Amino acid sequence: MTAQLLTFYLFSGVILISSLMVISTKNPVHSVLFLILSFLNAAGLFVILHAEFLAMILIIVYVGAVAVLFLFVVMMLDFKTSINKDNILQYIPIGILIGVVFIAELIIVLINTKFDLSNIQVLPNPLSDFTGKSNTEAIGSVLYTDYILYFQLSGVILLVAMIGSIVLTLREREGVKRQVVSEQLQRQGKINLVDVKSGKGVDI
Amino acid sequence: MIELNQFLILSALLFAIGVIGIFLNRKNVIIILMSIEIILLSVNLNLIAFSYFLNDLTGQIFSLFVLTVAAAEAAIGLAILVIYNRNAGSIEIEKINALKG
Repeated sequence: MTAQLLTFYLFSGVILISSLMVISTKNPVHSVLFLILSFLNAAGLFVILHAEFLAMILIIVYVGAVAVLFLFVVMMLDFKTSINKDNILQYIPIGILIGVVFIAELIIVLINTKFDLSNIQVLPNPLSDFTGKSNTEAIGSVLYTDYILYFQLSGVILLVAMIGSIVLTLREREGVKRQVVSEQLQRQGKINLVDVKSGKGVDI
Repeated sequence: MIELNQFLILSALLFAIGVIGIFLNRKNVIIILMSIEIILLSVNLNLIAFSYFLNDLTGQIFSLFVLTVAAAEAAIGLAILVIYNRNAGSIEIEKINALKG
């Protein structure tokens, strides 16, 4: 067993176990932490597959942003009060049934199929032009030329998501005093300047 | 040497775990969102495995877009969750039945 295979089994074992823990722990905080562990090991698998840029993106975006967002929400809203473990057993049979059907179908197909990748017709191979370049450089030179429309569309999607989540969570509270600049600037007719003599004061 | 089928079986198992998580958790919406993240992770693993074994960069590009959409989905899903919890006081799935008809 080569070191490569050993690393693959290590990473995939940790991924599977921690994903099982994500869906089975009672405490949502533990679920988020196991999700982070699962993402980190998936990044390791990406490195094995020579997708270094995506591995780093997975760590930065998922662990650094999405999982921390989950953690924020879990910790801000007190979810544990709403969880009482009564009839969780009621849904186990249907869940296990559907899961086993999924696994069985996919694994039967995959074991009986030996992919012969040599005669699969792929798109014009972009990777062959980048033999001396790093993964990041290759992705960049494809992403910003051939896939520029999709790149900008994903930027639009992120913008819409940002505006949408801000609009959703923004709320106007009653009784909060805040500065309204336009009203301040329109008060000119009601203001008169008074020349105050020193030592005498002025009536308001 | 690692073969393609090992990666595909791993991502099939991950996908099944995500689907089981959606069915199993009837109490907490946030666990369902995490199950969706696991499903998207398995899809990404599939795409990148094919990208490596076909020696084609397109899978990695597509995986990048899947990551983008997953991040947007998580942000909006959590925002909806926060305002639902503010309005209804609870996020138990069994109590979310306003649209039952």
